[in-house]
Amino acid sequence: MINIFEVAETNEMIEKENLDVRTITLGISLLDCIDSDLKLLNEKIYQKVYDAAKDLVATGEQIAREYGIPIVNKRIAVTPIALVGGAACRTEEDYVGIAKTLDKVAHEAGVNFIGGYSALVSKGMTAADEKLIRSIPKALAVTERVCSSVNVGSTKTGINMDAVKLMGEIIKQTAQATKDADSLGCAKLVVFCNAPDDNPFMAGAFHGVTEADKIINVGVSGPGVVKTALSRVRGENFEVLCETIKKTAFKVTRVGQLVAKEASRRLQVPFGIVDLSLAPTPAIGDSVADILCEIGLEHAGAPGTTAALALLNDCVKKGGVMASSYVGGLSGAFIPVSEDQGMIDAVNAGALTLEKLEAMTCVCSVGLDMIAIPGDTKETTISGIIADEMAIGMVNQKTTAVRLIPVIGKGVGETVEFGGLLGYAPIMPVNSFSCDAFVNRGGRIPAPIHSFKN
Amino acid sequence: MKKTIITVVGKDTVGIIARVCTYLAQNQINILDISQTIVQGYFNMMMIVDMNHIQKDFGVIVEELVTLGESIGVIIKCQKEEIFNQMHRI
Repeated sequence: MINIFEVAETNEMIEKENLDVRTITLGISLLDCIDSDLKLLNEKIYQKVYDAAKDLVATGEQIAREYGIPIVNKRIAVTPIALVGGAACRTEEDYVGIAKTLDKVAHEAGVNFIGGYSALVSKGMTAADEKLIRSIPKALAVTERVCSSVNVGSTKTGINMDAVKLMGEIIKQTAQATKDADSLGCAKLVVFCNAPDDNPFMAGAFHGVTEADKIINVGVSGPGVVKTALSRVRGENFEVLCETIKKTAFKVTRVGQLVAKEASRRLQVPFGIVDLSLAPTPAIGDSVADILCEIGLEHAGAPGTTAALALLNDCVKKGGVMASSYVGGLSGAFIPVSEDQGMIDAVNAGALTLEKLEAMTCVCSVGLDMIAIPGDTKETTISGIIADEMAIGMVNQKTTAVRLIPVIGKGVGETVEFGGLLGYAPIMPVNSFSCDAFVNRGGRIPAPIHSFKN
Repeated sequence: MKKTIITVVGKDTVGIIARVCTYLAQNQINILDISQTIVQGYFNMMMIVDMNHIQKDFGVIVEELVTLGESIGVIIKCQKEEIFNQMHRI
């Protein structure tokens, strides 16, 4: 039988160390909504999403109350809209109309984000894909809760450099279109390599075409719990360090598994995966950078950071895998800058640069995330940064992503405030040497040799 | 039988157990096990209870216990047992 110390440990994690379930994300396929009549398409999308998600928030709150575990976000992911709208959308404006429908249904269902305003163009773009991508700046400017992602590369297909070039322009246009809100639109736009079909985390969540009609995916969190556990083994060797992270990750993930199964049962939607990520928030004590410091670094970004992050990421997976029957999504350590107080401190102290963050993305679960850069950064420079990050993902057979925010009207040394979970960020300098000729070549980078496994 | 864990944490004072147990009895909640310690002057109690015969909604009981806790000056949490089993048992 459970004893008082185990109960106290769990509750201490929840109350003092910010243990929470970061998100319950309901994936909904919109493939059966496809129609060549735009009005009908919008009606079908609204109806399907609303019917599927109307009880999501209430169910999440009920589970949180019964188990005493906070469930921070309830969200929706849908089939990439480029596929759903292809038959009906003649113009970019038609796609923006679908974004508005998604935003409306997100409000009605009470979820804070809806992901899937997306296109998968890792090898090439259809006319529909391109229309959707070109509509992103406006779609993100006129909606509040819609999140967008574009997959521009994969280990199997290589990198679509035409799309990379286009995304540099789109990110800049999105920044411009939302400049009154400190270019907030870019915080809702992710460029991916090897995007997973079942990622529950925003802004990159979409419901892949390989998925069932509806699915529940859950993202756990818990950097504070890992940090506290590590503070008890200061000075011990790496074996003890790694074992401690694994055991902690196991406990955290078990909570996610429980919540996922319960949500699945109550909503009568199949359980998909648990994403066992360490996802930070701007709250004090909820930081991945603080874990790196606890491992032994003065600041994130100091020499040793990549190795520390590599072992953290690996141990989180090893501990979490046995805790859940299905693990998926991104599953590892996130290193967003604006959403992590320790990262912000490291940037302000001059310890963490964009180049070091790029190195860290080779071993973390995603990529260059929530990084504010000067508003006058050139489109081609943004494309160059995207290409670098996509290459890391392609060659290392992992997901990488870029979520950069060129803050219009602001430069290095200034700070940008996004609010809430998105946090705030110091604007980081970008290498200003040109890559125009590289980006402007066009075409695609072939898949790497080790992708030919058949 | 699905069990529930009730924890009471706070400054030690006369009558904490009495008031919590009275509430439980009034709501047909059967106590299966109690353990209690005082850590650094703080009262720490855990009860394992059976809530299968409650008339009210589980969420209502949770909230009423929170309110009761506030009136005594302690924090009362009421959680289904699975969260602890999941975390601490393979």
